[in-house]
Amino acid sequence: MRRSRPAVAMVAASAALTLALQACGGDGSSNTSTTTAEFDAAVGKVFNPSDAKGGTIRMANSGDWDSLDPADTYYAYSWDFIRYYGRSLLMFAPAPGAEGTKLVPDLAEALGVPSDNAKTWTYKLRQGVKFEDGTPVTSKDVKYGVERSLDKDTFPNGPTYFNDFLNLQGYTSPYKDPSPDKLGLKAIETPDDQTIVFKLKVPFAGFDYFAMLPATIPVPRAKDTGTKYKEHVISTGPYKFSVNNLGKNFTLVRNDQWDPATDPNRKALPDQINVALNVNADDIDNRLIAGDLDVDVAGTGVQAATQSKILSDQALKKNADSALAARLWYVSMNSDVAPLNNINCRKAVEYGTDHEGYQRAYGGPPGGDIATNMLPPLIPGAEKFDLYNFESKPNGDVDAAKQALTACGQPSGFATNMSYRAERPKEKALAESMQQSLARVGIRLTLKPYPQGDYFKLYAGKPDYAKANKLGLMTNGWAADWPDGFGFLAQIADSRVIRASGGNTNLGIKLPAVDQLFDQALATTDVAAREKIWPQIDKKVMEDALVLPGVWARGLLYRPPTLTNVFVNDGFQMYDYASMGVKQ
Amino acid sequence: MVAYVLRRLVAAVVLLFVVTVVTFAIFFLVPRVAGATAEDLASRYVGKTAGPEQLKEMADKLGFDDPLYVQYGRFAKGLVAGADFSTGPTVEHCPAPCFGYSFITQNPVWPDLVDRLGVTMSLAAGAAIIWLVVGVSIGVLSALRKGSIFDRGAMGVALAGVSLPIFFTGLLALSIFAYNLGWFPPGGSYTPITENPAQWAYDLILPWTTLAFLYAAAYARLTRAGMLETMNEDFIRTARAKGLVERTVVVKHGLRYALTPIVTIFGLDLGLLLGGAILTESTFSLPGIGKYAVEAVTNNDLPKVLGVVMLGAFFIILANLIVDITYAVIDPRVRLS
Amino acid sequence: MSGDGVVVTPSSDPAAWPPRVPTAFLEVRDLRVTFRTDDGLVKAVDGLSFSLDRGATLGIVGESGSGKSVTSLSIMGLHKGQSVTMSGEIWLDSQELVSASPDQVRRLRGRKAAMIFQDPLSSMHPFYTVGAQIIEAYQAHHDVPAKVARRRAIDMLDRVGIPQARTRVDDYPHQFSGGMRQRAMIAMSLVNNPDLLIADEPTTALDVTVQAQILDLIRDLQEEFGSAVIIITHDLGVVAELANDILVMYAGRAVEHDTADKIFRQPEHPYTWGLLSSMPRMDRGVRDRLKPITGTPPSLINVPSGCPFHPRCPYVDRNGIPCRTVVPRVPTDGSPGVACHIPEKERRQLFDDEILPTL
Repeated sequence: MRRSRPAVAMVAASAALTLALQACGGDGSSNTSTTTAEFDAAVGKVFNPSDAKGGTIRMANSGDWDSLDPADTYYAYSWDFIRYYGRSLLMFAPAPGAEGTKLVPDLAEALGVPSDNAKTWTYKLRQGVKFEDGTPVTSKDVKYGVERSLDKDTFPNGPTYFNDFLNLQGYTSPYKDPSPDKLGLKAIETPDDQTIVFKLKVPFAGFDYFAMLPATIPVPRAKDTGTKYKEHVISTGPYKFSVNNLGKNFTLVRNDQWDPATDPNRKALPDQINVALNVNADDIDNRLIAGDLDVDVAGTGVQAATQSKILSDQALKKNADSALAARLWYVSMNSDVAPLNNINCRKAVEYGTDHEGYQRAYGGPPGGDIATNMLPPLIPGAEKFDLYNFESKPNGDVDAAKQALTACGQPSGFATNMSYRAERPKEKALAESMQQSLARVGIRLTLKPYPQGDYFKLYAGKPDYAKANKLGLMTNGWAADWPDGFGFLAQIADSRVIRASGGNTNLGIKLPAVDQLFDQALATTDVAAREKIWPQIDKKVMEDALVLPGVWARGLLYRPPTLTNVFVNDGFQMYDYASMGVKQ
Repeated sequence: MVAYVLRRLVAAVVLLFVVTVVTFAIFFLVPRVAGATAEDLASRYVGKTAGPEQLKEMADKLGFDDPLYVQYGRFAKGLVAGADFSTGPTVEHCPAPCFGYSFITQNPVWPDLVDRLGVTMSLAAGAAIIWLVVGVSIGVLSALRKGSIFDRGAMGVALAGVSLPIFFTGLLALSIFAYNLGWFPPGGSYTPITENPAQWAYDLILPWTTLAFLYAAAYARLTRAGMLETMNEDFIRTARAKGLVERTVVVKHGLRYALTPIVTIFGLDLGLLLGGAILTESTFSLPGIGKYAVEAVTNNDLPKVLGVVMLGAFFIILANLIVDITYAVIDPRVRLS
Repeated sequence: MSGDGVVVTPSSDPAAWPPRVPTAFLEVRDLRVTFRTDDGLVKAVDGLSFSLDRGATLGIVGESGSGKSVTSLSIMGLHKGQSVTMSGEIWLDSQELVSASPDQVRRLRGRKAAMIFQDPLSSMHPFYTVGAQIIEAYQAHHDVPAKVARRRAIDMLDRVGIPQARTRVDDYPHQFSGGMRQRAMIAMSLVNNPDLLIADEPTTALDVTVQAQILDLIRDLQEEFGSAVIIITHDLGVVAELANDILVMYAGRAVEHDTADKIFRQPEHPYTWGLLSSMPRMDRGVRDRLKPITGTPPSLINVPSGCPFHPRCPYVDRNGIPCRTVVPRVPTDGSPGVACHIPEKERRQLFDDEILPTL
């Protein structure tokens, strides 16, 4: 930037002053911030830190929410956004960098207190929190919120962690609850209005992450209208719904019943938030760049065409952030399909793949970093290791691959099928790249595209089908529900989640040693000790060559200069909506 | 004539029925052929980590376990007599015609359709008037001034109009006129006419002109070709031989004849458009039937798909009927049968 | 100069200059009509002269491309918008038409001169009733209320022999049979009592039985209204009935022009002989083959040199006559004549010896 030296000094000085003030205010912001617009200015730092209130943030979504109802939503951006109008027991710290992956108390006073070998978890609620109509929030409202989230008939979209871990004893739904107050679930106790106790079937040391889920946002039973509740969710956050045209747009305005004294986490800077739904994706990008829009709320980054425009134009690039995601694009190897049942044949695939080709298929370096193992670096405790020379031989190690082939009894290679999702051009490009690179060592791939809607339910994710159709290599991708080892690895590496009926993302990792490590982790309440277990799982899977890691994904976000106090929250890997403000 | 119209109306109802049966069949039978079970179908409508019990419940709730004719019977009954749906704490009655509740949003489909129909109708009607007036006038003038600079220029522009895809012209128009020049509101703006007629029209000017550009170009070319052909007809020579003024020859004898196929094509185009101007609505993010259809299909949401399909089929059938009747009114040779 | 792309040049015949006003009702002097096309200059009519009195009937006979239709359209001033060059003079009731403005000519069309066409189904607008079209023709030249015009239309339909004219006036053209339709067209053209009626192939599209009725009708109306009639046809049988004079055209020119009687009894041009020979005759026995004229009609862009008929004439170059080099012409003042180099005596001899026995 061609700024004069004194100006830079002034900016630095004022930034330092602001930081000092923020640190004194104890509002949880990080130690670094900047006001100079540059590439990645909001990654790991707060860009344009501000306490100025006022203005309207204009957001747009190229699709639609799965649901605004806290019991029925599973999108990362929804969990980020919901903090405007709902307070769950815990939340991700509103801070850039690694701080953002840590949980801090929101509705609760403090983190959960485990007992009974991590099978029971107790939380105490803050005093003075009210719903938007002035009624005080009690632990019974939190219990009711979790109870209704169990009803997958009425709310099919949300996660099933509570269904899976609470000791339900046959409880299905508050709508079928015979008790008069509809609080018949014995697995949750509310000894008094400020205390809530969860009772699990099995120990789970990471329960705090469940307490972060929107399902713990309190819901007033008197105003619960079931499937219609999403038309007007009763707010506990700094904003409430004033207009909600489902499928078209909605508007949030200030909730006068929200008491900032009870909420150290939220700055609540804007006066109003307007969100437009189902807006053409290219139109969103054009508007962001033209200054007609402030936020692309889906948070996964700009479209491919805009991406190249931004990266090649310095004036635009300085408003862009490359956010690392807790997402891995990879290929699963199916040990049920010969000759991939032999570990050396699998290693041949690890060695033979062109890793730069993999990265290119996903858009080159802006699309993500070459992954050498499974856990994305974002996950606390992740360790990077490289068993098959991905870094030293980014285009593949042909010699090592050929040696591995000889060791598995297929010196001239073998043939197998590779599946991918037909509607995804990146996956198609990847499959073609692998076809080419593996052909160098004699591995002949026949590419098999499948419709993405049913890919996991009926095809690659159905063990019988995959085996019968000899799907040896299956293109895959996974993002953690939250950035922690369990959130990332449980669904893709634990053999016990594999269902014969299909719908699996774990397409072939069945290692008893890994399952044992999972059980161990679930019972380890000490965070540091638990964090050490995840890389062990990662290593075991990689040693067994059951996964070919591809790319740790990145999203290119555009940050219009109108935004203030904006940073990427690593908890969601997109901008922290609850913290941002806008210039008037 | 009355008997003819009645017969056509009966045929229309039968056709609507057939259309829904086919949609039902495609939705359910195609995955069955691939070996999918009821739970597999249900897996489209649950969250990422649904367990087998949840799948079974969902399959049950959506009725996928029942044989096809039972499912269809439920749908047909809902259309005629309405149906009841659980919202969780209460049971809601969905009055006839009930197109069911969306598998994804759990909202009734019919009110959504009615709501979005207003948008699509606004878009279609406005654009239709513009393209008809502009396209036909230019076509007629081009035909009368065949070979002139006006003719060549107009047909050149028309060629561009029919060749450029609407998502290109639309995004370009938004980019230039809405974002850079700021003359028009951004994509996604729509105000119902009942709220503010002036704003309603202002919001729709860019979508109207973009859509009309495409059709006006086609109609200009069609009209020009039709006029040129008509002016070579024998009855034009006769009209002149009678000593009529050239203007009467062109308008009363020529235009009236040349426009007949244009009017019928217009009816069909309008009917199709009312079923959902998909590309325009997607480009301009207008919440109309077309956009609704895209969402429905992308999400495998059968009730929404059925609603859109029936509505679209209805408009097309209606348009065809009106066109046939109009043709019989305009062209006496068609009447006797 | 008249407008609409029609270029007018003075008559090329020096004897006709300065112009004298003719005495006949219709007089055509040295009419030349040329079309500019992508392939070249088409000489559709190349020096045609004739005259016609009121109450008289002229038959113009020839093959397709002989220029007969172009002639009639020129008289009506219906060459519009094309690249047409017209020269010569057309005098209609002492008014010269080639040099008149398009609007002046338009005012005469349908009023002073009217035309009926070959195919009445395509020549009438399918969307308007027959009555409406007749009324339109009437109101174009008379400022009368609709009721009056309608009565006139019914009268005309009645006059041309259409039964139940009162109801049929509201029928559409496609609801009439071929013969009735042609009668309706005749009614439409005569509604303004024109002094000149041009009938371009009036019976070609009709059954033989209906043909005779139509021709009778035309003759009756001519007698009643005293109009001059030009009948254009390729069928000699048609003109045998009606015409006083016959003009045989070939390659845009007149090759023989004489009374009908003479043409049939003693034709003098080899082309006319060919036409007569090729006519199927009911009053003779059935022969084994019809006798067409050998060869094909000439290109009007590259007209053969000299006599245009010479490529097809069985008597070409006979005794050293200059068929290939000198253009034979009928008299330009419209008096009877033959455009042939064969001396008159020889022609008659040839006809008596070689042609007549075969007819």
